Amino acid sequence: MSSYHLDHLAYLETEAIHVLREVAAEFERPAVLFSGGKDSICILRLAEKAFRPSEIPMPFLNVETGHEFPELIEFRDRRAEELGAKLIVRTVDEAFEKGLATPTPGQVSRNQLQIPVLLGAIEEFQFDCCIGGARRDEEKARAKERFFSFRDAFGQWDPKNQRPEIWNLYNARLNPGENMRVFPLSNWTETDVWEYIKKEELEVPNIYFSHERECFHRAGQWLPVPPAHDANGKADPYEGARPSDQEEHRQMICRVRTIADMISTGMIESPAEDIDDIISEVAAARVTERGTRADDKASEAAMEDRKKAGYF
Amino acid sequence: MSDAQQTIELLRFNTCGSVDDGKSTLIGRLLYDSKSIMEDQMEALERSADITGGGQVNLANLTDGLRAEREQGITIDVAYRYVATPKRKFIVADTPGHVEYTRNMVTGASTANLSIVLVDARNGVIEQTRRHSYISALLGIPHIVFAVNKMDLVDWSEERFREIREGIEAFLPKLNLFKDVKFIPISALEGDNVVTFSDKTPWYEGPTLLGHIESVHIASDWNLNGLRFPVQWVNRPNNPTDPALHDFRGLSGQIAGGIVKVGQEVLALPSGQKSRIQEIWTYDGPLEEAFCPQSVTLRLEDDLDISRGDTIVGLDPLPGHSAELAGRVCWMNPRPLTAGKKYFLKHGTQTVQAMVTSLESRIDFETFEPEETAELAMNDIGEVRIRTAKPLTYDGYTANRLTGSFVLVEPGTNATVAAGMLHPPAQSYKPEYTDFSI
Repeated sequence: MSSYHLDHLAYLETEAIHVLREVAAEFERPAVLFSGGKDSICILRLAEKAFRPSEIPMPFLNVETGHEFPELIEFRDRRAEELGAKLIVRTVDEAFEKGLATPTPGQVSRNQLQIPVLLGAIEEFQFDCCIGGARRDEEKARAKERFFSFRDAFGQWDPKNQRPEIWNLYNARLNPGENMRVFPLSNWTETDVWEYIKKEELEVPNIYFSHERECFHRAGQWLPVPPAHDANGKADPYEGARPSDQEEHRQMICRVRTIADMISTGMIESPAEDIDDIISEVAAARVTERGTRADDKASEAAMEDRKKAGYF
Repeated sequence: MSDAQQTIELLRFNTCGSVDDGKSTLIGRLLYDSKSIMEDQMEALERSADITGGGQVNLANLTDGLRAEREQGITIDVAYRYVATPKRKFIVADTPGHVEYTRNMVTGASTANLSIVLVDARNGVIEQTRRHSYISALLGIPHIVFAVNKMDLVDWSEERFREIREGIEAFLPKLNLFKDVKFIPISALEGDNVVTFSDKTPWYEGPTLLGHIESVHIASDWNLNGLRFPVQWVNRPNNPTDPALHDFRGLSGQIAGGIVKVGQEVLALPSGQKSRIQEIWTYDGPLEEAFCPQSVTLRLEDDLDISRGDTIVGLDPLPGHSAELAGRVCWMNPRPLTAGKKYFLKHGTQTVQAMVTSLESRIDFETFEPEETAELAMNDIGEVRIRTAKPLTYDGYTANRLTGSFVLVEPGTNATVAAGMLHPPAQSYKPEYTDFSI
């Protein structure tokens, strides 16, 4: 590094730290959305860098569909505890019980149902800001997203009427009931995320690395076959997410490139055993990260439509 | 870090031009030729080509992310794209060319090191070319490239290229702010001189567009002259992660100018108290020095009363410090600006009440001369005077883009209504006790 010049990761880091400190300074009740996925893992390290030696001045929030990878839940809980943070979990099942959400007939995926759960949690805890790990390079509707993304009292994003974001001067002003979503990794790419994980020696859930798993083929994706029983012995906890007799299934050497829940996450065949392997694999990849996300395949505007309704 | 790992720099650029000058096509071409487009994106493009484009793949659809844009064939907002080559990483702000979208260009340009202005070789220099050059200069972008596009439609005429170049060079001296200026004849649609050299321009000896943006010198684009540290967040742990730090009191923020060193004498504004830097604390360990735009936590030798919005500055050069300000604003709201209105003004980490006391003039983009006006409409740029409820610690925008910029926010709607660039202070801050030492 030349003496007074930052390389690209150091630049992205200082930008994200600045954004996180703006959130801490400008909002009354912010929260960090922490799923245990690779992007939110970076957010937590950035939060340590922004706020240490103080505690991270905001709780972590996660919305569960009920179809999560068990490895991810275990990692999420452990990481939150290591950091001494308060972790709030709200689930789609609870939302059914409370009447906040209703199951969609014929729809196995609960991806859309995360929206009312998230909006419910924002209301319950009066969060005025939620920090997310979304990146603009993920998807073309997200490419139009701001660092500080305003949501009205219904949680809606209005892409045609966004606040101009000039220099590093973020307008954080809200009226009661309104909400901000803030994305410190806006300018990061998938490669940047993995390079940062490597540089910072961050632990990630083991499902990002190559392992053997039974998968089945549905709608162009290899989806993981979920376990037959959950931790409490309840049968078929991932109802409808198990392969039918007509669907091809086989053992695969595979990993996840991006994580939603088990119903929405396509596995990729991969021998990548460590971070360097993953970085090489991402560099050579010929499909985008979200190409393995069943939730994005609904239509060309699938992400735009969900974001307008209050999605992450 | 291993020796083999080479440092990759990040360059931010924006593209600007009129409607149909081929901005989105150019970015699509850069993405495509640098292999930053993935197969699933290509499939989606081909699908939409079959449906709407008569089979012709439209590279512009790569950047036009919203449904309304694809339907109307326009770009309605700033989109950010990411391109990586073995030499550099790029953040691209794709900013629309409609007259009414000047505000988007200002947004995209505010963080850019380099600006690519597209000129349609058939139309030559038009008002938009002048407007975009002016805004690039106004926003303090150090490097500018004029990409003369659609050269295939003028038979790759060297004469036409020279004519356009001379037309631009005729007005550039009035702007006179760029570190370097390049003119490149291209065809974004066919890719000539974008990533690879064209065999149709033997008369052109300069670099390709990508070659230029991969190599232009950007290391000195940040201001390293005069420490400016707007305090963002006071770091005072109730329950520190390290028990030895229970008396820790740090000032967290991003260095907005200059270099800070341990032991350096500094001034806290607005209080005017002096102290020295005791420690530059970071999560990764203490530093001997840090520089713009690093984010750090400063500890001072003295326990001064400092809070968010205050600024720690070096003693040479001193910034301006005043509640009476003059500058240029780009107006971004449908309700026009008239003198006498009150707003919130955000500058650095400080938000204060402000009144636009007078509206001096509006810029005419034909002549670049100021003209008298009673109001500034959306997308107008004009000269204003502003009075703030508390003094700002600031520099002229041309000296420092971070400490010389501000936004105005409308009370009630909370809309961001203006981007502002301050003129250099008439006088620097004067310490009351120049011989004061600790």
